[in-house]
Amino acid sequence: MIEFKDISLVYPNGTQGLKNVNIQINPGEFVVVVGLSGAGKSTLIRSINRLVTPTHGELLIDQENILNYRARDLRKLRTKVGMIFQNYNLVKRSSVMKNVISGRLGYTGTLRSLFNLYPKEDMALAYRSLERVNISEKLYQRSDQLSGGQQQRVAIARVLTQQPNIILADEPVASLDPPTSHQVMTYLRKVNKEDHITTIVNLHFIDMAMEYADRIIGMRAGEVVYDGPVSEVCEATFEEIYGRKIRDEDRVGGSDDA
Amino acid sequence: MMRKTSQPTLQGITSNQTKIRITSIFVIVVGFYLFTSIKTESSLLDLWNGKNGFINIAQNLFPPNWNYASTVLPQLIETLHMAIIATTIAAIISIPISLLSAANLFPNAFIHQPVRFIMNVLRTIPDILLALIFVGIFGVGVFPGIMALIIFSLGLLAKLVYETIESIDMNPIEAIRASGGNTLQVIGYAVLPQVLPQFVSFGLYVFEVNVRASLVLGFVGAGGIGLLLNQQVSWANYPNVMTIIIIIFVSVVIIDYISNKLRERLI
Repeated sequence: MIEFKDISLVYPNGTQGLKNVNIQINPGEFVVVVGLSGAGKSTLIRSINRLVTPTHGELLIDQENILNYRARDLRKLRTKVGMIFQNYNLVKRSSVMKNVISGRLGYTGTLRSLFNLYPKEDMALAYRSLERVNISEKLYQRSDQLSGGQQQRVAIARVLTQQPNIILADEPVASLDPPTSHQVMTYLRKVNKEDHITTIVNLHFIDMAMEYADRIIGMRAGEVVYDGPVSEVCEATFEEIYGRKIRDEDRVGGSDDA
Repeated sequence: MMRKTSQPTLQGITSNQTKIRITSIFVIVVGFYLFTSIKTESSLLDLWNGKNGFINIAQNLFPPNWNYASTVLPQLIETLHMAIIATTIAAIISIPISLLSAANLFPNAFIHQPVRFIMNVLRTIPDILLALIFVGIFGVGVFPGIMALIIFSLGLLAKLVYETIESIDMNPIEAIRASGGNTLQVIGYAVLPQVLPQFVSFGLYVFEVNVRASLVLGFVGAGGIGLLLNQQVSWANYPNVMTIIIIIFVSVVIIDYISNKLRERLI
């Protein structure tokens, strides 16, 4: 369970990233955070693995306040929290396998990892992760030879190799075309259901949020302005969150009604 | 509507103010050249006055003494050895130093600034001065030459590499950090793969520079083919000098060519 208790974050330049956020996210939930760019979506999810550190309040994961964590604890936390990025963030010159096995870094000693001495089970786990996102045939290709959608699937495989309890996805489909976006979201959803991994995704497309989320959290100017199950959300809710009328560009379209 | 027909009065492409500024800068620069020429009592005319010297040297240098080549070659190989050893050691030492100098990896100014400062100081010392110092410490020979080359190329290499590190894509670094990697793992998995091709390329470049530098170092007794060249020049043995010059020239051209080709392949 993730609990935000009166969390605020002010960046060193004075920007208010988060403002009195109080939310609880239950294990296994698939939460989509929506809001316009600059609303604090990224800041919210990056607080959970401490890529940014809130300046006020308590952030509990399984009853432990992670805001006190330093070096070793922090790495242990991050090992159990996988992250997926808008730009995939693979090491482009390295092979797919090398990228995926890097999900084991938190479990592996520094020397072993630098000399690629991974246990057999870890290698097998990395391979199975690639199979789960249907890209195992690219195992030894250089990552920059893959398309955007394929790279994002490799990034999902990297996260799966971490065997995380939580997956954070920061605008995972913002650089992809509609069909590929749906494919990536479908994989995230599948992993969430199969492995019971708490998944928090930032999106700004409303149709996508509606299609994949269990629960929607709306943000505006660093504050949580909506929080509720997807069944209670309608267009008016989004207009309230965005503070304006819904436009065409707020929809990704191309949903496959299979 | 009527179009206005009055012509604006233009001063040409550049404004008069700019023209005046450019002209005065030009006059000052030319004046400075004339002043230094008079002060040092040297002018382009000296080139003409020295024409007999050119002819003398040219006559003395030809034909080169090819029998001497068998003495030159071992010295050439010694020079190459010096350059190889020095480049390798400098490359190894430059890895931790350039990592510590990179502000994107170690944002704390108390770490990267002192390291950069030391490297800047090293770079300002001319290679020949380094050689003189080390010859003073270790005596005449190959070893002081190698030491001088290591220090000289370390400053150069560390700067080239840390600037490359600062220009890498930071996204994979964030990803490795987010998956629980420690600093060394971030370096091994996200930094090194990105800088490796440039690192090898710079290594080859510094090797080229070291081959050329090691020629000069011989003049102060720091081993290699330069030692021989210095000796033969002072004995006015010009056919031998010419042999050395040709051998140096050919080998430097070959080394630069191979290393350039390799570097093109790398990037």
